Amino acid sequence: MNEAETLRKLRRQIILAASTAREGHIASAFSILDPLWVLYGRVLRFKADQPKWEERDRFVLSKGHASLGLYAVLAHHGFFPPEELQTFASFTSRLGGHPDCNKIPGVEASTGSLGHGLPMAAGIAYGLKLKQSAARVFCVAGDGEANEGSIWEAALLGAHHRLDNLCCLLDYNHSTDRALQTGDLAAKFAAFGWQTAAVNGHDHEEIFRVLSQPGDGRPRIIVATTIKGKGCPPMENNPAWHHKAPSPEELEGMLAQLT
Amino acid sequence: MNIRQQFVATLEDVLGQDPRLVLLLGDIGVFGFRNAFAKFPGRVVNIGILEQATVSFAAGLAREGFIPVFHSIAPFVVERAFEQLKIDFGYQRLPGSFVSVGASYDYASLGCTHHCPGDVALMQQVPGMRIVTPGNSREFDSLFRESYAGGPTYFRLSERAHAQEGTVRFGQARVVRTGRKATIVVAAQLLEQTLAATADLDLTVLHYTTLAPFDRETLVRHASGTVIVVEPFYTGTLAGEVSAAVSEQPARIISLGVPRQFLTNYGKLADHERACQLDATGLRERIDKAMA
Repeated sequence: MNEAETLRKLRRQIILAASTAREGHIASAFSILDPLWVLYGRVLRFKADQPKWEERDRFVLSKGHASLGLYAVLAHHGFFPPEELQTFASFTSRLGGHPDCNKIPGVEASTGSLGHGLPMAAGIAYGLKLKQSAARVFCVAGDGEANEGSIWEAALLGAHHRLDNLCCLLDYNHSTDRALQTGDLAAKFAAFGWQTAAVNGHDHEEIFRVLSQPGDGRPRIIVATTIKGKGCPPMENNPAWHHKAPSPEELEGMLAQLT
Repeated sequence: MNIRQQFVATLEDVLGQDPRLVLLLGDIGVFGFRNAFAKFPGRVVNIGILEQATVSFAAGLAREGFIPVFHSIAPFVVERAFEQLKIDFGYQRLPGSFVSVGASYDYASLGCTHHCPGDVALMQQVPGMRIVTPGNSREFDSLFRESYAGGPTYFRLSERAHAQEGTVRFGQARVVRTGRKATIVVAAQLLEQTLAATADLDLTVLHYTTLAPFDRETLVRHASGTVIVVEPFYTGTLAGEVSAAVSEQPARIISLGVPRQFLTNYGKLADHERACQLDATGLRERIDKAMA
């Protein structure tokens, strides 16, 4: 199975899980699936059979509602069986609408309330420096999440403490522009003292190239322009699909259109 | 040594003994900790005035095996950063200590923005959050050493201190004296006024310095009839715990605390204490009325 086919399989798993649960933020999961694919496939150091391996790179999904994207990638890499995705959001499942670090192997922080993950990632990064660890911290936050003041508090902390072991990929899908324009987020983070880059969030080579570039002593923000719902044309940039699962009648049509 | 000085002395000592401890100051107490900054570089941080991110940042440290201690003024620790305390420490079940100053109306003259009689009631809403209200410096020192390495713990420091002897243990009420007419549950620093107000009354006095988990057993053993709760925070904060403790016996519960209203006057701590009838005279008057 080539990379495109594998990603289509993950999208299919995500839609099926949400459809079974009649619940889930599918479009948000699709928005970040490509960056997660690159991170877990080519960047992060981890051992799926030893989720607490001390030298692992840490990953924090700050926009926790995109949990299905993370679950599909974690399952693909062996943190838990892919069949478990079908239990998503059921009463006794480990896999909730937002990730729980006390339940799911490979999840470093319980997120869901926006604006908690990035400052937690900053604390993890600071802690790793205290331990003189070479491990790195990666975080995915959202542009809607960047409405939260705590994101900018974390930006201050990251710059002041020169957390060059912290890299945040900001999923800029513009879905909350209708509420509040966040503007040039790269420029804003640059003004806060972060090393910045902008990428097409669905271009794997571009994402990998930027993630592979050496740091300059500052924390890094990678503003990834993305399409919410990417890979499922009826969902793409369609606000109706923010928090909605396809009905049984819609399901086959959705699956057939996956790219 | 007042309780703030004790906080510095205790923390300096524990920082030296336990390399997991990291102290985050919300830009207060910085002068007091000047020696600790020099002795423990990187582990004593003046983090700034950004309480929400600080609590999450502290949770990140806890995820890496450190035990963070965050110190600021009560409303900013508890009320500003409440959701971070709830989710990042409560839900994630991480160890960490939150040490506040400015209990209730300690910062009397600074007004309602700096008053915080609602902190204990809020912290009770976080399952697993332990609440410790030392009544003086000595009690802070022993309670902190005993409990900081456990789950998330809120330490509420007050300028008001009692001068009574006796050893306190985390999670246990102390039986100060026993009597027959009623039982007084007194929290934290109000022990002094309570004992002064009731010296000639035939009452049991139980002193509570750990409010969560609440020691129901000691209360069950000593409660009979009327239970009077003297609380240096909003009236009724402990009523649920007291009520649950005495649920199997006929009991009348009377709460004597800070009225649930904004205290819009200024002045000194003692002025508010008097206005709230939490000084010895006011307490005696209210206890006599309750017992009549």
